[in-house]
This record gives sequence, structure tokens and C-alpha cells, in this order.
Amino acid sequence: MTEYEKLDDFPLTPITTTPSSANKTGGWRTLRPIIDEKKCIKCYMCWKFCPDVAIDIVEGKPVINYDYCKGCGICAHECPVNCIEMEKEAI
Amino acid sequence: MGKITIPEEELMSSGHVGCHGCGAVLAMRYVLKGLGKKTIMSIPACCWAVMPGVWPHRALEIPLLNTAFETTGASISGIRAALDALGKEDITVVGFAGDGGTADIGIQALSGMVERSTNAIYIMYDNEAYMNTGIQRSSATPRGAWTTTTPVGTQGTWKKNPKKNLMDIMVAHKIPYAATASIAYPEDLIRKLTKAKEIQGPKFIHIYAPCPTGWRLAPELGVDIARLAVATKAFFVYEVENGVYKINLQPKDKPLSEYIKLQGRFRHLSEEQINELQKAVDWEWERLQKLEKFTQALYKRS
Amino acid sequence: MGERIMVTGNYSAAYGSKLSRAQVVAAYPITPQTTVVEKIAEFVSEGYMDTKYIKVESEHSAMAACIAASNTGARAFTATSAHGLALMHELLMWACGARTPIVMANVNRAMGPPWSVWADHQDSVAQRDTGWIQFYAESNQEVLDMIIQCYKVAEDPDVMLPAMVNEDAFFLSHTYEAVELPDQELVDEFLPPFEPKEKLDIDDPKGFGSLVMPEQYYEFRYKIAQAMDNARHKIRKVDKEFKEKFGRGYGGLVEFYKCDDAEVALIVAGTAASTAKEVVDYERAQGRKVGLARIRAFRPFPYEEMRILAKRIPIIGVIDRSITFGFGGAMFAEVKSAIYNSEHSPAIKDYFTGIGGRDITPAVVTIIIDDLYNVAENGLDKEIVYVDVIGGDL
Repeated sequence: MTEYEKLDDFPLTPITTTPSSANKTGGWRTLRPIIDEKKCIKCYMCWKFCPDVAIDIVEGKPVINYDYCKGCGICAHECPVNCIEMEKEAI
Repeated sequence: MGKITIPEEELMSSGHVGCHGCGAVLAMRYVLKGLGKKTIMSIPACCWAVMPGVWPHRALEIPLLNTAFETTGASISGIRAALDALGKEDITVVGFAGDGGTADIGIQALSGMVERSTNAIYIMYDNEAYMNTGIQRSSATPRGAWTTTTPVGTQGTWKKNPKKNLMDIMVAHKIPYAATASIAYPEDLIRKLTKAKEIQGPKFIHIYAPCPTGWRLAPELGVDIARLAVATKAFFVYEVENGVYKINLQPKDKPLSEYIKLQGRFRHLSEEQINELQKAVDWEWERLQKLEKFTQALYKRS
Repeated sequence: MGERIMVTGNYSAAYGSKLSRAQVVAAYPITPQTTVVEKIAEFVSEGYMDTKYIKVESEHSAMAACIAASNTGARAFTATSAHGLALMHELLMWACGARTPIVMANVNRAMGPPWSVWADHQDSVAQRDTGWIQFYAESNQEVLDMIIQCYKVAEDPDVMLPAMVNEDAFFLSHTYEAVELPDQELVDEFLPPFEPKEKLDIDDPKGFGSLVMPEQYYEFRYKIAQAMDNARHKIRKVDKEFKEKFGRGYGGLVEFYKCDDAEVALIVAGTAASTAKEVVDYERAQGRKVGLARIRAFRPFPYEEMRILAKRIPIIGVIDRSITFGFGGAMFAEVKSAIYNSEHSPAIKDYFTGIGGRDITPAVVTIIIDDLYNVAENGLDKEIVYVDVIGGDL
């Protein structure tokens, strides 16, 4: 968040300009999804249903972005071949 | 290797403060994929008003106007008029409001906007209660549900009134296009938004958006519960174009209890009470099928 | 010299919005504002006004639509009265916070119950704290001119606040007066198109009106306070520019009438000032040096002008055409508050009269002036009195 020191630094109204991606929500996790690449059939169900847009498709493979993943478990539940395990987040 | 069945471009960013497994977030993600960048959106007080986080954070890649709770219909009327006055008729105007801000406090503005044939899309994401203020009942809360203002207690004061049918109300306004959609079926949802974008006049989309927090549901079931809702007739997916009904997804003849038993908000219901609800959804399903048949015959005749 | 026509105050407001080239009008009918929106509808139907007129389903939606339109970059206008204004209250606050320079014509009408459609200032006075610039007009010409002037003040980058022009119900709204219509070209020169610095733009997507923590909220509101203060000299400046362009000026926030050598003075807003001026002239002919200060701008409050008045005049009577229940009317409280910390302490007395459209006749004004001379002689006894009401004081 930018520092506002002078009154003139403030815009007229609270206009939002900074993408929310500045807020790394990975710290919300208590469970962490791990994709078993060998079992993954690249159907992209996990990517499709992730509420936090925390799964990227890199060279055809779904890759979880742990900076943002909140550990909701939808990806693991939706995976048709059960290749995603929810493991306890390390303390 | 699978095919990607929905547009890839993300117009909603990570880092929003939605709960684990939030259906409203998925609703927004798919809506933006369907509408694209040439869109201006207005959001009233609701979960999505705070979803992007505090100022100066924004979660959307389109211009967004926050507006007072009950004013979504009026706000999008104003944006539309201004864009038309400025010669920008080709920009899509959309309101994105919760069930509270649509079916209850916002119903006047919605009715006005539709009645005036405003060229804009009104989307109601339905998590079936006033979730942003802490799970209080709305007219979209289904019969039988616990909420903080319809708690169970010793007097059994859970919500007894049926869910208000916004689709019927919209069709009664002679709206050109109204549709329900579910976050479990993003392809259908996106198709409907793309279709709505091309129609002139008012359009209404009712999106079923589960709330694990408010429904007392395990977050990982956030999408599956939406699928089950369709399968058990708890939620119908259909569209109405100029008064003609078309059912898009058929229920799977699963008992309602399968849907009910996964959600803590229904935990207090007895078998008998669940049977009553089963009868009610069976009746609604029959009515919808008959409406489809009747209105399609009417259309063929005229 | 523009065309001279015979029009009502409401039609003047409609012409004002037309000449200001309002791009979006969202309004809901309410007596006695109805002929404003009917006239605008007529202008649109005849092609005289290029505006998008949203026939909203309530005043609350009217203001919401205006705010949204203004945020999208269009010049917005609306009109209402009494209960409509009250219904808009939430959004009046919003329009100020959103810094949308909307201009609104408000027909001052009494609040019910009891139902009343006649003139008093309760409606606009009750909106004092919403952060809107407020003007009170004395004539139909002033109604028209102030709508144009208000856009210029409101849209100034150092102001960016919404503004309302108040006109008394029926005395102005439905009474025909001769009004000069400024030439459209001259108005266009005086009032350029609305070009806000920030607006909803698909090429630069931003969010408007988000959630702000206590660590930043106060700063945004402080900026509004500064803008309202800036409005003072902008109002004076715009009035001067208007006079240069159109040959008519109104004297800024306060119109002083024969105050220079006055022994007692009346402070009044709205059409009652016209009657009062006649009485002032009569009194002066009888040898009594009465003065009158007509409050044109109630917000921002003209405290400097009040202090100038206090410097010269030892006895001041404030006419309140609305009752703020509790202790003293709004105008009275503001005048007293403005003068208190200055080095002058005139006697200030509050006169409630003209409520619910009860005519403030020359007889009533004379009673007040007589009373002010009584104060001059015998001192201030009761500082708040109720005039021309059964069981009242005078």
C-alpha cells in the first residue's frame, strides 16, 4: 500500500488502482493441495473451478500458485482422477 | 490432454478476500469471462463490495462503480444513459448484486430499470441470505434454512416462507431475456452472458452461488453442492426469451435429502420436514416443465 | 440581450438545465416540482434538449442514477421537493462523498404530516449536513441563472461538490415572472463541457467508492471540508464572471439591501426577502433605518458577510422559514455561531414565521421590525419567538 503523507497525495475519492494481487492470501491456508503430476490427465477442472485464480496452466500442466491458494480444497474434490491431495500446511 | 472449455483470459485477480470456496467469486470470474473488457460494472453493498479488499485494492480489470445498497438498478440506468449521451452505446453495462440487494431492498430499482427497457444486464448472485452482514435471512433464503435472524432455538423459528421467485417477477415485466445459471456449469453461464450482451434491452441473470460459510458447508464442496442443487431440483437452470421458457439442464432424479444433508443450515430438519420440501421441489419442477411446454406451444402458434 | 419570456420558476429551472446542456436527467415527479420534469420532457420530445431523461421510479433512484451518470462523465441534473428530497437523503450524502458535481432544483415545500404542498424551508434546511452547496432564490430569473452558475462552481476542480438551487413552492415554482433567457452561445462560452479528471473508463479501469479504513477515511472528508471552503470564493468569482457575461450579478453569498447605515437588520432567505425589501423601503420613508441581508448561499455559510453585518448593526432579526425543534432555527443558529467569536456582539433574535406556506405579509414583516426596535430600546428578552401563529409570541 502506498504511503500517503500529504493531503494532496489523496485522490478526490477512494479510487482503486492497485490490483488485489498485492495481497498474498496464501497465508490463509491450513491445508495445501499437491498435484500428482504423474496421475494428472490435464483436464483442467482444477483450473476452471479455482475461486482464487490460484492455478496457472504452465506448458500444458496445472501449477498451483501457493502465494494465493487459500486451501479451500475445491480442486482436490473436483479432480476426476483424484490426483490432488490436501496435506496439512507446515507450521 | 483436456480442452479448455471457457475463455482463458482472467479479468479477476487473485488476492481478493473471499472466503474459502466462495461461490460468488466463481460467479464473478465467469461473468467477466463472458462479458469481456468492454464492460462497466456497478456493485452495491454486498460481499463483492468488500471482496477486492480495502482501498486502494481492486480485483477487477474493468471499471467498477460502487453504489448504495438498494440502488443497483438505478445506478446502471445512470451509467447507461451517460454512455449513450457520450456516444458510447457499445459498452456493456452490468449490475452485479447479491440476493439481498436485488430481491429485497433493491427490488424497486430493479423493477424500474427493467420496466424502462434499460439496455443493461442485471446479475443477481444468489447465496441465499444477507451474507456480507453476517448471514441474515433474505427473501431468497430457501424454506427450512437456519440464518442468524431465523435461528432454530427451542421455538423452531427457521425460515418457513418459500424462496421468492425472481425469475417469475422478471418474466412478468416482459423482459426480453432472463436466465438462471450455476457456478457448477460455467460453460452454460458464460454462454448466457455472451448471449445477453448481444440483446438490446434489459436482461436478468440469476446465478446460484453457494456460500460455504453461511450454509455451514465444507468449502471443498463449494462447486459440487451447486451440481447437486441442479440434480436434486433445489435449483433449476433455464432461460426465458421473450416469455418462452427453455430448460437447459435436467435434474438427475436424486432425492433432495442428498443436497440438504450436506449443509449445516438444514441440520435441524426432520425426515418429515425434508419430505415436505421434496414435495415442494417436485411441484416446482412439474410447473417449470409445463411452463416450458405451454410457452413453446404459444410461440409456435404466434 | 437574450429573449424575454414569461415563465414560472419551474420552467426557469428547466430552461436552466437545458441551457447548461445537462446530458442526463433522472427525476421523479412531486408537487410542486412536477412542471420542471414535464417541461424537460417537452424539450426532449421537441428536440430542443439533447438529454437522456430517465423516468426513474423514485427520488432515491433519481439521485443514484445521477451519481452514476456523473461518475461516467456526463453532466447530470435533477429536481425534487420536500419528501422527495428527504427520500434522497442517503444519496445526497453519497453525491457529496463521491464528489459528483450534480445540480438540483429543489422546490421548498413543507414536510408532512400534516400533508402540505406549500412553501417552507424545512426540507432543504434538514439536508444541511449532506455537504451540498445550497442557494435560495428570490426570483425566477435567479433560479435560471443560478443553475448555470452552480454548474460552473460545482465542476471547478477545487470544488467538485453537488449544488442545489432552492425555490419557494408556488411563490416561485408556479408564478409567472419575466425572465431573460441567456443566449445559448454565451452560456456555452461561460460553461464549457463537463470534463471530469476521473471517470469510469474502459481504457483505464478503476474502482470508485471502495472501502476505506479509519486510517484514511478522515482525510477524504477533510478534503470535502476544504472544497466547501473553496466554494466561497468560487461563488463570488463566478457571480462576477456571470455579471460580465450576461449583465446580471447577485452579489455573491449574501445580498445586502440598505445595510450601510442601518439601525436594525433582517436576515431572510427566499421570496420573503422581496416582501421584506418593500417594507424596508416603506420604513425608511418613515424615518426608520432598516436594512436587509438576503442569504443566498446557506452552504457554504457566509460567516464573513455575517461578521461584516455584525460590525455595523447592533440589532439583527433572523427569519426562519422552518422550525428546527430544540433550540432556535437553522438560520438563527448559523448566524449566531458565525458572529459569536468575532469581536462584535449584536443582539440576535429568531423569528419563526411563514411555516407551511403561510404568507409572510408586509404586516408580519412590520411586526418583526417593530419588535427589533423594541429590542433596541428595552434589550433582548426572549431570543426565540413564534410569529403569526395561534398561541405564538407576536
